[in-house]
This record gives sequence, C-alpha cells and structure tokens, in this order.
Amino acid sequence: MSTVIKPTPAAKPLRFATPIGGVAGTSFKPEHLPAILEAGPRRGFFEVHAENYMGDGGPPHRALEAIRRDHPLSLHGVCMSIGGPRPLDKAHLARFRGLLARYQPALVSEHLAWSTHETSFFNDLLPLPYTEATLACVCDHIDQVQEAIRRPLLLENPSTYVAFRESSMRETEFIRAIAERTGCGLLLDVNNVFVSANNQGYSALDYLADFPLSLVQEIHLAGHAAQADDEGDLLLIDSHDGPVADAVWKLYEIVIRRRGAVPTLIEWDSNIPDWPVLRAEAAAAQAILDRHQSAAPKGERHAA
Amino acid sequence: MSAKHAVTSLVLAGAVSTALATLAAAGPLTKAEADAAVAAKKEKCFGVALKGQNDCAAGPGTTCQGTSTVDYQGNAWKFVQGGTCTSIDLPGGKKGSLKPV
Amino acid sequence: MLPDSGSSFAASFAQALLDPARSTPASVIGPNGKAAGRRYDVYRNNVTVSLIDALAAVYPAVQRITGTEYFRAMARFHVRSNPPTSPLLFEYGRGFPEFIEAYEHAQDMPWLADVARIERAWLDCYHARDAAPLSPVPLASIAPDRLAEVVFTPHPAMRIVRSPFAAVTIFAANRDGAPSARIDASIAEDALITRPDVEVVVRHLPPGGAVFALSLASGQPLGEAASAALEAAADFDIATNIAGLIAAGAFTSHALGDAR
Repeated sequence: MSTVIKPTPAAKPLRFATPIGGVAGTSFKPEHLPAILEAGPRRGFFEVHAENYMGDGGPPHRALEAIRRDHPLSLHGVCMSIGGPRPLDKAHLARFRGLLARYQPALVSEHLAWSTHETSFFNDLLPLPYTEATLACVCDHIDQVQEAIRRPLLLENPSTYVAFRESSMRETEFIRAIAERTGCGLLLDVNNVFVSANNQGYSALDYLADFPLSLVQEIHLAGHAAQADDEGDLLLIDSHDGPVADAVWKLYEIVIRRRGAVPTLIEWDSNIPDWPVLRAEAAAAQAILDRHQSAAPKGERHAA
Repeated sequence: MSAKHAVTSLVLAGAVSTALATLAAAGPLTKAEADAAVAAKKEKCFGVALKGQNDCAAGPGTTCQGTSTVDYQGNAWKFVQGGTCTSIDLPGGKKGSLKPV
Repeated sequence: MLPDSGSSFAASFAQALLDPARSTPASVIGPNGKAAGRRYDVYRNNVTVSLIDALAAVYPAVQRITGTEYFRAMARFHVRSNPPTSPLLFEYGRGFPEFIEAYEHAQDMPWLADVARIERAWLDCYHARDAAPLSPVPLASIAPDRLAEVVFTPHPAMRIVRSPFAAVTIFAANRDGAPSARIDASIAEDALITRPDVEVVVRHLPPGGAVFALSLASGQPLGEAASAALEAAADFDIATNIAGLIAAGAFTSHALGDAR
C-alpha cells in the first residue's frame, strides 16, 4: 500500500506549548498513520522512539511531520545508555538534540538503563547496580544531556529481572537522588513498577509510596507477559505486546489520585493491534485522568 | 576511453533529444499510469520498476521492551532451507536446494 | 574520573549476553538469595531475539528465500559475531551480505548475498536525505557540442547493485509477496535503487546501464560515461538510459564539466 503524505511546509509554526496537561496518548506506529490521518486531529499526543527518526530523510520524517502537524509529540530516547559507565556517545547526543530542535516535542524522556558497552550496542535496556559510584555517573550523564538539549529530561524507572550484589540503595532512593542532584523530571512507568515489584519481591504500593511523585511529568502504561524463574516462580516480562493488566490500571488510578492528572502514554510495541484497539486503551486512561483533572498539580495549570 | 567507442556529439545530441522527448511525454503521468506504461513496454524500456515493500513499516525499529519470544540458545541450528529457494535454479551450477545435483 | 568499581558491572554483565555458554555473571542475583540464571537469560534472550528481528526486518526477501528457521539460525551466528556498533538499528547488518557469502550452509545459494545487498541498499535509499530529483527541462538548452561535457550530481538516495546472478528478479519475487515462477539464477542482473519521492523503487538496469550510471555518479562527463557503457555492452542505448535515469530520480542536478 502507499499512503500519500504531503511534505510539510518548512517553517510552519508549532502550535502546542508545553505542558500539555492531563491527556492520554499512544505510541505512534507507522502502520496506523493512514487511520490516524483519516480520523483527523484528536485530543492526546503521540510518542516515538527518537532513534527511529535519526535517519537523514525519507518516509519516517514525512510520517512524523504529518503527525506533528496536528498533535503534540513526546520524544522517547531508547539508546542513550545513561546508566552505563562509559562516556555518552557525543554523536548520538547531537542527533538527539537535532531531533528536538526539528520537532519541538512537548515531552522528552530517556531510561535509567544502559545499552552500549565498549563498541557493542545490545538493543535492550540493561540494569545497573544502585551505588554512590553509579549514582555519580548517571547524574553526570544527565547533566550532559540537559546541557545539550537546554531543557529538563524526564527519566524513566526501569523494569528489571535481576538485582546486583553490590547495590547499596533502593531504586526509589536512587531515582530521588538523581532528580535532586540534576533537576530532571521523572517518567513513571507504572507497568515497570508492577513488573519489577513482582520480580524483585517487593510491594508495588510501597515502591509508589517512596517514589517522588511530585516530580512525575509523564506516565507510561503497557502490557506484560508471564514466564518463570529458576525456582518456577512467576517472572514478569515487560513485553508491551498486549493490553494493560487490570492490576496495573488499579495502581495507575492510585497514582493519579495522589499526583493529579499528568500526560499518560499507552505503549504497545509488539503484536501491534489495529488503531481502534490502541485508541480504546488510551480512552480508558483518559477516563481515569478526567475523573481527577481538578486535582491537576501546581505548575500543570498555571504554566503555558 | 577507447576511440572504438567514442560517442560523437551528433549521436549524443540525438540521444539527449530523444530522451527529453520521452521524458516530456511521460511527464504528467501518475505513478500508476507510469507503472502501467513501463509494464506494457517492459522489453524495450529502461527496466521494470519494482516496488519493494510497504513503505510504512520498513526496516527495524528500536526496542524499549523485553520479548516474550524465547529464542536465544545455541543448540537448535536449522541448516535446512525451507523457503522459496527451491524455485530458484542455477543451470551449470548447484541447485537452490539440498538435493544432490 | 570514575572509580573502577563503578564500571566493572557493565563489563561483566555484557560479556555473557551474546554467549549462552558462559555462566551468569557473579554480580547478579535474584531476590532473597534466589538464583539469577533464568532471570539473566531474559536479557540474553531480549538482546539476541531483538537483533535477529532487526536483521529479519532489513532482509525480508532473504528470510523468505531461506525460510524463517534457517534464517534465524544464520542470523544468530551473525548477531553473535557482529553485534551492532551503532544505536541506530536501521544501520545494522551492513556486514550480513559478506557473512552470507562465507556461510558454509548457504554455498548452494551463491546469489543470496547479492539479494541481501539489494535489500541493504533499499533501506539506505529509504533513509537517505531528501532531495528534489533533476528536472530534465534545462538540459534542452545546452548546446549540442557541449553535451559530452555535462556532469550530473547523484541523488543522495540513489544506489546501484551489480550481480552476476538474477538477483533483481529473485529480490522482486520474494519481496512483494507475489507467487514466483521458477527463476533461472544464472542471468546477470544489475539493480538501480532510487527514491524519486516517498517510495523506494528498484529497477532492473539494461546491459551497460550500470556502467553508465556508475560513471555518471562518480562525476564522469556524459560523453565518457556513454563510451564506457558502449564498451561494456555493444547494444547500449544512450537515449533510453538517459531518460530512464532521469525518470528514476537518479540525479539532482547537472552542470557543464568545465564549470566545476
């Protein structure tokens, strides 16, 4: 099939100022573009992985321009390797900055994880121990990113399957310290909290009680899959390949009740459904957000 | 370049003017019309335009999730080809299959 | 700048990711003293599967030709010996055609590497910088006796793949989903891959066409490129090839050679 996408006139003003408030968005998948364009502008936003738009030109940019024309955008970095011990890839950071300048996203985020070591890129969000040494390194990396992009980054909590013997801090403690030292905002992935809590044997509610919710500027929701560990116990996989689990919806409503309405993304990256299915998941999140709009936190309503 | 194949300016001028006439005639065609025209004259034409793949879902994307497909171990090698290769012949050479030649 | 203790975790964690024969890194554990074997294997699996999937996305025709199981086994070898060096996955797999060429179980498909080369060129074309293709109109105003000096600037998305096999026919039959008749792989074919607008288009070049296009793309003037093409193929048709290359969007501009 071929969708005719007209190039955007170059200097078209971008009409969405940040912040975007308590709206629900979805991952943008190119196969949904015809359905999205046909339906016309809608309330919400779209999130893309920054790396998929780091080519020089061609259809990916045409598609993103078409989406960006009528909707706010969230740029979600996947490969910066902020959690790794190695210096950041300067060329990659420059590409990231260039993409921000071109698309002026409402939200910009990256992961508390690493994916490159030496010269190998592993294409997975790998875990790190939580120690004073790794904290210093992560903060240094976030300082560099924020210096380059001239705005705060939202840092996402990971889903993890293992722990490290050398860890000396809880994840919530570690993330709180990063935010305090660097001034970054936080992206709270509620599914990651649920997955990690199961896999690490702690309570998701305790985790959320200890998490600096006031710094959360975006929320992620996604589906997960179930496998088993060496002892045959449940091991959850952050697979993004199905609907959001009921337990995660419950946690989400608890978070929104406490935090107030913030932009919320439905992530669906494998076994991608037809657009109406994804849109319906976003509508479910929007309904929860709308029940708590009056509780919108300070800064959400007054800025812009 | 060898003198044997030197192209005179007369030949070149004729070729360019034929080329421009061809392009002018083909100019206002839509993609579908051009494809049809190309297909109709495929023997004489410059080559059949072949569409590659759905442009909207081309190439690999990054991942920020785990996979629920288990496929990483090293002890399940499959060396037997199972696709369309059996319909591809190489006369004078080996066949595109594991059958003895 | 960083204490050594801060950087060792990634080295030991990374070491076993692409090698299932290695044991789980000693530094990783499960909760409450549980073993971390299958937990660490989740990462091994994520890395391997996602990178094999990436190769399958770059090389769908190769996968269709070999079948999925065969492809994944071959790709797994490549992923382990040549993991990506760039975080941009659409750059991955440049070494895969050479890997296929040397892969002992693919020796009876000597055309397979060239099909892969066309697919790699297809993706490079897809992501290349946007540029307006050459308009033929100004060519008409060049004096006939200066035409031999005309040089062309290649479009950033233009690629050419030459093959001693029927790689273009095999590629086309396995990439667009159409059922394929028997293919004689022994006929040499050259591919021109361009993106005149949004869509990538692959064309099968006539004899001499690849020499002509490559000569022009490397900056040779029109007269010399035509001579070289005629030398390569006596039945080379200059008019058809000029019109074809321009219509395909192979160039962005032209100039008189001495103006360079």
